[in-house]
Amino acid sequence: MDSALIPEGVKRCSLWKFLLALSITSGVLLWGVIAMLLCWIKGLNQTNMNDYYGFALWIWADLAVIALGGGAFFSGLLKYIIGKDELKNLINYAVLIGFICYSSALLILAIDVGQPMRSWFIFWHANIHSMLTEVAFCLSCYFAVLTIEYIPLILENRQINKVPFFHHLAHNMHGVMAIFAATGAFLSFFHQGSLGGVAGVLFGRPFAFRDHILIWPYTFFLFTWSAAAFGPCFTLFITWMTEKITRKKLVKDKPILLLAKISGWMIVTYMVVKSIDTWYWATHTAPSLGFNWEFFFKNNPLYGKTMLFSEIILGGWIPGLLLIFRPTRENSVTRTTAFFLGMAGVCINRWVMVLQTMAVPVMSFDSWAMYIPSWQEVATTILPVAYGVILVMISYRYLPIFPQEKELNPIEGSAGSVDKQVGQTPAGDDSPLQPAQI
Amino acid sequence: MKQEHTQHRSKRYGMVIDLDKCTGCGACMVACFSENNVPFKKDETDKRLSITWMKVYRIDNGRDFPNNQVCYIPRPCQHCAGQHEGHSPCVSVCPATATDYSRETGIVSQIYTRCFGCRYCMGACPYHARYFNWWDPVWPEGMEKYLSPNVSPRMRGVVEKCSFCFHRYQLARDKAYANRRKDVKEADYQTACTQACPAGAITFGDLNNPGHAVHQIVKPNDHVVKNKAGISIIGKSQNPNVFRMLERLGTNTKVYYLSSREWVRKAGDNYIADEKPEDMFAEQKKH
Amino acid sequence: MLPFCFEWVYDMGHFVFHGGLWYALSIIGMGMTYCVIKSVIDTIKGGKGNHLH
Repeated sequence: MDSALIPEGVKRCSLWKFLLALSITSGVLLWGVIAMLLCWIKGLNQTNMNDYYGFALWIWADLAVIALGGGAFFSGLLKYIIGKDELKNLINYAVLIGFICYSSALLILAIDVGQPMRSWFIFWHANIHSMLTEVAFCLSCYFAVLTIEYIPLILENRQINKVPFFHHLAHNMHGVMAIFAATGAFLSFFHQGSLGGVAGVLFGRPFAFRDHILIWPYTFFLFTWSAAAFGPCFTLFITWMTEKITRKKLVKDKPILLLAKISGWMIVTYMVVKSIDTWYWATHTAPSLGFNWEFFFKNNPLYGKTMLFSEIILGGWIPGLLLIFRPTRENSVTRTTAFFLGMAGVCINRWVMVLQTMAVPVMSFDSWAMYIPSWQEVATTILPVAYGVILVMISYRYLPIFPQEKELNPIEGSAGSVDKQVGQTPAGDDSPLQPAQI
Repeated sequence: MKQEHTQHRSKRYGMVIDLDKCTGCGACMVACFSENNVPFKKDETDKRLSITWMKVYRIDNGRDFPNNQVCYIPRPCQHCAGQHEGHSPCVSVCPATATDYSRETGIVSQIYTRCFGCRYCMGACPYHARYFNWWDPVWPEGMEKYLSPNVSPRMRGVVEKCSFCFHRYQLARDKAYANRRKDVKEADYQTACTQACPAGAITFGDLNNPGHAVHQIVKPNDHVVKNKAGISIIGKSQNPNVFRMLERLGTNTKVYYLSSREWVRKAGDNYIADEKPEDMFAEQKKH
Repeated sequence: MLPFCFEWVYDMGHFVFHGGLWYALSIIGMGMTYCVIKSVIDTIKGGKGNHLH
């Protein structure tokens, strides 16, 4: 039924199967939308946040998706600026994932603020010394860049591309994409960094506070670096998942191994710096503020040294080493395990920088604050995941996301029959019944 | 010289709370509620959702009877100056300039109509002196007639905090203007908690004015000193019994505490191993 | 009550921040304007072209 919209030369599941999967995901999306509306209409009393936990699950989700979405800016930088042309086979998907991550982050922020209608005050009354101002400006601008990068993909849909103007627009946008990618990398550097700065500048919170280089705390650079290191892990992990779900090889090994290798080296170098930062914080920064570093990891039910071990060793050094050594990088199981561990590691990092920072008592007579999110918070955090899955499903079905798909999955039969086969779809559910089938 | 001159001309309102006098009665909290139209709910069992501009903490020395001692610590907004005047933990992070530091009075203000409720300031404040309006205020029937006309009530979704009863400063300034005086008299500007304290534990005034009682008790250092971590400490008290909460973080608050008990003074900050409060400036003294 | 009055602040921090921001926005804006105008011209000139991406 929708065969005219499906890219030429590729095979997709039947429309009914697609719609069924879409409706299931939409159910999850609806659950999130209900929770979102509750938060907007009734207010943030719908959450389990409190005056100790002003920043909670949402801000973590925000930081996590932006870190994971970092694959978009870093792949763009590698392809368009550094000239790793091989990555052209992954860049579309990286852009799509980045677009989903950033739009999700903006949506979460819109739910998270107490007076969403006043969100524009951040631009109008901007306090340029606030890291959050830098985040808001660069995040919005970079989202615009990602939208610009995503538009040519939409325009390449078979039907849309038939319109001459859209065809030319897609072509011309591709022509200047390097400029957009460079601008995106510039903006990304700052907003990833300023997200790190959000925690690092809190001189009233010794757990998060870090020394500065110029006006930027060390976390500024660590966040940018980690996003560039772990973002590609997420891009590659989602690519792997997509291949498993579609039961097709969509990208050749060469670009995957290239990005995995670069990601591995980025992770290892990041871990060197992160380990030095942690050591310096534990032996200098925290003690100078009156805290033994072990204080931050005891006398509470959740935040123990296991958390630190999980972040630095399990979610940092191990995936980094797995990806830099050729045998483990080329082995699909260890490679995918490394992607997963890396993603978990960066998510733990964002978690501790937000939630553990809030949990630690600072006044000597105060106590640890624990928090369990409400269902509305959980639902609104899952909402972007459902939205992302839907957008991936639609984009994969109707847009030429994977340039190598056609080559890797040739459709049997003559070239002339390609259109017909695509039109009929594998199960042929939407084609008229043939006499033989009756 | 210029800086010195400016410092003497501007005011730095602050308070000193005598913890040896405080009985923990909570009159300061009640007065604050009433004066500032602080909203409350039917169910206030979850204290982390209660708005208490002035909050009284209870601490003890951790020893068994009969050596057990208790101390109550009233905690308003500390009106931090930060590492340099105006770089308070909260003011420096607010993205929409909805909280501001007055160099004229040293008071940290909150612009309710500008705050969009991101709560970054709450995360930045180590004293938990900032509160979010999780609900719209609902007053018991008839009570709205008794609200203070000088303080605007806050709506859902914005942050609020102690303002050192800034509206009283405005009234005192108007009074001074009407009486053709340039300066606000010490007695004309006193916070509600100061006046309500039955034990007279709170002393409020201009820390820069040697004529004010608060200055005489605190004896703030005119010079900026650095502690051994290299953090600038502004207005360090020269009274050995006076301390500030979390002073070593460099928040440079304008709320001082007074106690003759060493364990109380030590509770004001965090120390590792066998560090002592007096060690913080050991190197400074050598110089 | 809307804050119609924009608070202009003239200091180095604002110059650097807004300079960087508007520099990036200008590139994005000019880039998109170029693409749209060129596409309109290409369309008017006629022909779908044979672009390979």
